[in-house]
Amino acid sequence: MHPVLTLVIQRLALGLLLLFAASILIFVGTEILPGDVAQAVLGQTATEQALANMRAQMGLDQPAVVRYFQWLGGALQGDFGVALSNGRDIADSISRRLGNTMFLASVAAVVAVPLAIFLGLLAVRYRDRWPDRLISGITLTSISLPEFLLGYIIMFVFSVQLGWFPSVSNINAGMSLGQKLNAVALPAMVLTLVVLAHMMRMTRAAILNVMQSAYIETAELKGLRRFNVIARHAMPNSIAPIVNVVMLNLAYLVVGVVVIEVVFVYPGMGQYLVDHVTKRDVPVVQACGLIFASVYIGLNLVADIVSILSNPRLRHPK
Amino acid sequence: MSDSDPLLDIRNLRIEATVYAPGEVPRNAVIVDDVSLRLERGKVMGLIGESGAGKSTIGLAALAYGRGGIRLTGGDIYLNGREIRTASPRQLRRLRGREVTYVAQSAAAAFNPARRLMDQVIEATLRHELCSKAEAEKRAVELFRTLSLPDPENFGKRYPHQVSGGQLQRAMTAMALCPRPDLVIFDEPTTALDVTTQIDVLGAIKTAIRETGVAALYITHDLAVVAQVSDEIMVLRHGKMVEHGTVQQIIEAPREDYTRALISVRAIEHEEKKPTQEPLLRAEGITARYGAMADDVLSNVSVDLYAGQTLALVGESGSGKSTMARVITGLLPPRAGTITFDGKPLPPALKARSREELRQLQMIYQMADVAMNPRQTVRTIIGRPLEFYFNLRGRKRDARVQELLDAIELGEGFADRYPAELSGGQKQRVCIARALAADPKLIICDEVTSALDPLVADGILKLLLNLQAREQVAYLFITHDIATVRAIADSIAVMYQGRVQRYGTKTEVLNPPFDDYTDLLLSSVPEMKLGWLENVLATRKMESAGN
Amino acid sequence: MKGIPLTALLGMAITALFFLAALLAPIIAPYGMSEIVGDVWEPASADYWLGTDNLGRDLLTRMIYGGRTTIFVASAATMVAFTLGAVLGFTAAVYGGWVDQVMSRTNDLVMSIPTLIFALVVLSVMPVTLPILIMVMGLLDSTRVFRLSRAVAVDINVMDFVEAARLRGEGQRWVIFREILPNALSPLVAELGLRFIFAILFISTLSFLGLGVQPPMADWGGIVKENREGIVYGIPAALIPAVAIVTLSISVNLVADWALNRTTSLKGGRGV
Repeated sequence: MHPVLTLVIQRLALGLLLLFAASILIFVGTEILPGDVAQAVLGQTATEQALANMRAQMGLDQPAVVRYFQWLGGALQGDFGVALSNGRDIADSISRRLGNTMFLASVAAVVAVPLAIFLGLLAVRYRDRWPDRLISGITLTSISLPEFLLGYIIMFVFSVQLGWFPSVSNINAGMSLGQKLNAVALPAMVLTLVVLAHMMRMTRAAILNVMQSAYIETAELKGLRRFNVIARHAMPNSIAPIVNVVMLNLAYLVVGVVVIEVVFVYPGMGQYLVDHVTKRDVPVVQACGLIFASVYIGLNLVADIVSILSNPRLRHPK
Repeated sequence: MSDSDPLLDIRNLRIEATVYAPGEVPRNAVIVDDVSLRLERGKVMGLIGESGAGKSTIGLAALAYGRGGIRLTGGDIYLNGREIRTASPRQLRRLRGREVTYVAQSAAAAFNPARRLMDQVIEATLRHELCSKAEAEKRAVELFRTLSLPDPENFGKRYPHQVSGGQLQRAMTAMALCPRPDLVIFDEPTTALDVTTQIDVLGAIKTAIRETGVAALYITHDLAVVAQVSDEIMVLRHGKMVEHGTVQQIIEAPREDYTRALISVRAIEHEEKKPTQEPLLRAEGITARYGAMADDVLSNVSVDLYAGQTLALVGESGSGKSTMARVITGLLPPRAGTITFDGKPLPPALKARSREELRQLQMIYQMADVAMNPRQTVRTIIGRPLEFYFNLRGRKRDARVQELLDAIELGEGFADRYPAELSGGQKQRVCIARALAADPKLIICDEVTSALDPLVADGILKLLLNLQAREQVAYLFITHDIATVRAIADSIAVMYQGRVQRYGTKTEVLNPPFDDYTDLLLSSVPEMKLGWLENVLATRKMESAGN
Repeated sequence: MKGIPLTALLGMAITALFFLAALLAPIIAPYGMSEIVGDVWEPASADYWLGTDNLGRDLLTRMIYGGRTTIFVASAATMVAFTLGAVLGFTAAVYGGWVDQVMSRTNDLVMSIPTLIFALVVLSVMPVTLPILIMVMGLLDSTRVFRLSRAVAVDINVMDFVEAARLRGEGQRWVIFREILPNALSPLVAELGLRFIFAILFISTLSFLGLGVQPPMADWGGIVKENREGIVYGIPAALIPAVAIVTLSISVNLVADWALNRTTSLKGGRGV
């Protein structure tokens, strides 16, 4: 078998193992409380009888290992059980909201990724001159702000002061794409700004790293045009680090979405998760946690596989 | 442009750079000052000097190129009759890769890892539209053949990581020659190679230069190497020209003291000591490997070292000589074999050794830079073994530190310096003092002079010899450099692929009859004689024809 | 103080100012923390420099007390993260072998779940009190410190001067505290600054989501949460913490940048 294939399969297996371990961690994370879930749901004042009923209903009288595998088995078939707070099917609620979250994240990614790579290249091209300094100044500021505050600042300026976009991003299935885009404009803008800063800084660093290699000097000493030096010599070696940067930041975006959805009251996974953390609705929290972790692990996996595939030493073994 | 014009004419060149010393305000430094040189068509000039002489900088100036922050601030550079120092980037792009090309010291870094060799070799030729792709590839294959690369037809299909270091260096030469330039800059092209590889690459480069009739600037720190390929030599020091002349004049009748010093380097002699009764260190049947699954790096190595004498372990990279040091120090317990020290068996693992056993066996490293904690003063560095082994403290310790500093010929005031405030040679001296502080019977010297300039290295070797005469300390001297071995060894073990290939007193090992490998190794060491390279290569050709 | 660039000095001064204000909050705050002094969302005036909040409390007072809580929680969490992360990271690097393997793989696992999500999962079943917040934040953040300090220590551990100390027969204590630590200090100090900023942003986010500092205590994230309804009416009270957070973050960043730049390579580094 080709060594690259072996490595990719190994990496995939490792990813699955990691996912499995992460599911255990999430499950255990909700088991370490003083008291138990029933207590958490019903509060300190609950009677013994009510607690016992609740435990039986949730299967808490069974050992943790059994409950874990029941939960995992269900999750693998798309069954996350019902929410404690309102008795609704969790998978149902999630499927609608997951689509909304993906829509918001994709809009942000479609704008942010090309823009970040372009600006990163610009910063390299005008290194240590004013465009570079301006870009790094702005990124430093936006990195220094929590996402939710950036959200309110943008809401204050573009919605309240200028009145360009709605301050609450409500979307539903009946809306046209244009209406949807208008609704998510502000949260997407905030998310874009948040990941843009990180992605640009990292792209800049990755390309600078490649540009300082000796083979770039060789290319320049061949009399190649600047464009050809970058296109033929820098790019083939920059793909892996840039894909890495993009994936890392998309993973970051998945987390940023949680807070931004709360700010703009957007009906997505993030708001769903935060709502149910407040309500101490453990099955919902576990389900959402598992989904967020899977996306995060999956994106990191893609980054690793791309760097394996783009490594000439691995692609063309001796 | 007329034919009487020289190809390259550099007049009063001045090169400056901004130096960013840590914690200091950036300052301007003059790297090259008032250097002039003329190179006729088809001639080869050697630029020689120690580190900091500005030789690479001058080489790159012939392409009007300054590496990271280096600026060509004064003088004129005429190439083919045109001034290029002040030429526009556009003009320079038309000239680089066409009229003048460059061969870097590390071809491994200078080739793009993501592209096939052929694409890179013919890239400049195609960029300057000198001929069609098919013709360029044909020329590349011819060059591969001239440079005796294996399977020249298919060599270009490989990626840089798929060929050896010596082959890559030759491929870089092919890349430089492919566009038929007027001038090639060779920047230490063989320095990173093992000596037996160096001679082949050197021969290939010389053949290629002769057959293409190209002119060259050949930059190196090794006078013996440059004498083989050049017509004339320029000696540089601290960015200034010291001397310029034909090869013969420079090596046979140098005018300047500095040139004479460079030529007489490694000419240290000392009287060979004979083996005494009992060896101080006896290693028997040492077999070792890194990790349980790996192959043996050392197999069945046995050597003896006598008190107050020097045993040299000589070999090329991968011969296992440094692994032997790790085994003796206890960092890598062997799979088989025993070590006897001072008549008693030495525990194989470091942790099992007593403080007294550790004290008697000290080590000096190749890179003095990283062998000292940058956050400790010289006083702490040398003083710590005194505290640790002899419980010397306070004034007594400081007095002993000063004694040791005197012993390594560094005066007052060095005790409170940090390593960063010392020169390369001074750092290595402090490391020697740290080893001496333990009052050891044996010091392992791992390539201790390899990172130093020849004159500085000479100073260190002389110091080591003096200290041996005075303190009766034995050295296990690990090196790849035959000249160093000649200077310092009493007995020699030649290592090859993890085995002792040849072992005996210096006289025995360095005199015939030789085994094949030792013969190859010894005959590959460049000698400062005109025609040495041709003679060796011709002899080898005859021998292989005879077989 | 000589040789410290102006930006770093400025950063230090402002950072010190913030910590001073946090320490002296009861003395310098014009009103009581939960004292209702005026109408809801009064604009800035001579009495209320920053105006009043959604309940008519003085915003400047809330900001000062809020800073006290935010800075205290962030500092404590950073301390926990550093003590734990650095000690474990150094241990893993110096011992190597399976000890390192087990510790590093466990760390990778915890890092494979996004910090915020992990914190939300845990906080969904834990009572939200300051000690628990500090522990959860500290534990989660210690994974980042572990990774950095292990990497730094591994780099230093393979240097010849560390090997020289081992060959001399020095014990682990000398190796860790005298050979490795002094050389790892600069990157760790820079990281300390970055982790502290991260902790400030993190506790603010948690409080904003209602899962951090609980009312009636004030903290910067909470102030945003309490006053966010005002935004739609054009009342910028909720944005005031932004100014404080940005100022503090940039100041700490300037100091951290300087500390990092001081980290010259081990080869040519000055010991002073």
